Amino acid sequence: MSDMDEMDDGSGVVKKFMFLNRKAPHGTVYALEGLEVVLITAAFDQDVSMVFTDDGVFQLMKGIDSKGIEVKDFSKTYRALEGYDIEKLYVDQASMDARGLTEDDLIVDVTVLSVDEMANLMAEQDVVISF
Amino acid sequence: MLHIVNKSAAERSSLESCLRMATKGSAVLLIEDAVYAATNGNAAAAKIQAAAADLKIYALGPDLAARGMAGRVLDGVNVVDYGGFVDLVAEHSNCQSWL
Amino acid sequence: MQFGILVNEGPYTHQASDTAYLFARTAIEKGHKVPRVFFYHDGVNNSTRLATPPQDDRNVSARWSKLAEEHGVDLVVCVAAAQRRGINDDVLAPGFRISGLGQLVEMGIQYDRLVTFGD
Repeated sequence: MSDMDEMDDGSGVVKKFMFLNRKAPHGTVYALEGLEVVLITAAFDQDVSMVFTDDGVFQLMKGIDSKGIEVKDFSKTYRALEGYDIEKLYVDQASMDARGLTEDDLIVDVTVLSVDEMANLMAEQDVVISF
Repeated sequence: MLHIVNKSAAERSSLESCLRMATKGSAVLLIEDAVYAATNGNAAAAKIQAAAADLKIYALGPDLAARGMAGRVLDGVNVVDYGGFVDLVAEHSNCQSWL
Repeated sequence: MQFGILVNEGPYTHQASDTAYLFARTAIEKGHKVPRVFFYHDGVNNSTRLATPPQDDRNVSARWSKLAEEHGVDLVVCVAAAQRRGINDDVLAPGFRISGLGQLVEMGIQYDRLVTFGD
């Protein structure tokens, strides 16, 4: 059965959905399976934001090569999000700083937020899904 | 917003991240292993007490009791049962789990 | 009020499924509705009918099934996560069904609240 057959619940309701990504890729499954939820959500015309904080920022690293651990490399899927109209990717400045990362290290364009900006973004969401 | 934290502050940075991001006037509910942070003498207690100035801090009673911590709850932390947990989710227009 | 619940972890290893179950049961007791619970990641493992836990402790899968039977809660297991973990229709406990991630998105759109329980 295809998820894409269930596009749009038909109600016309648009909610602010936020997907909270706080974990590094590969050490656990949450980055990969979290991304799969976001791709499905794209079919429902909701107001979707993806937020990356703490080790979640590592999901967006350039230069990921998972051949040695023999695990599927899904990092390029983040670049496909734009094609699904998922364009609101937010990254926590402090999490980047604590990990020695800058926007140049990331595989996609993101909006870097201060802690207050991110806190306000979170507070205004209708639905937050955490992985 | 209701923030829900479930892991011990000694094990995971989720409580710290939550307290950093929760806006003034929000509620934070500690469940499962996160309840330890709301007990006297815990390394995270000072952080919780400082946070209580701007946030409403709750801890799930059955999880405290299951861990032998029911008699050690910090002043200023509100203990709720599962009914209170449900009420908190209902009362806040949105909620976020810090896993 | 309609509550949706997302369970991200399997039975026993994490408390997530237990907390989610007690939350759901209490919400129903208080007169709220829990129309659907969605199981994702290792949460799909809550759906197995093959578990035989010791008799003197809770049977996590069975009590979800009982909640479904008594209160009409729709227990949905994500197909992609299930396929990865060897959960198929043959092993499902009563009350569980396998479906797509769209069912989770619908919960967010249609219900008043969606609560995630995980690790």
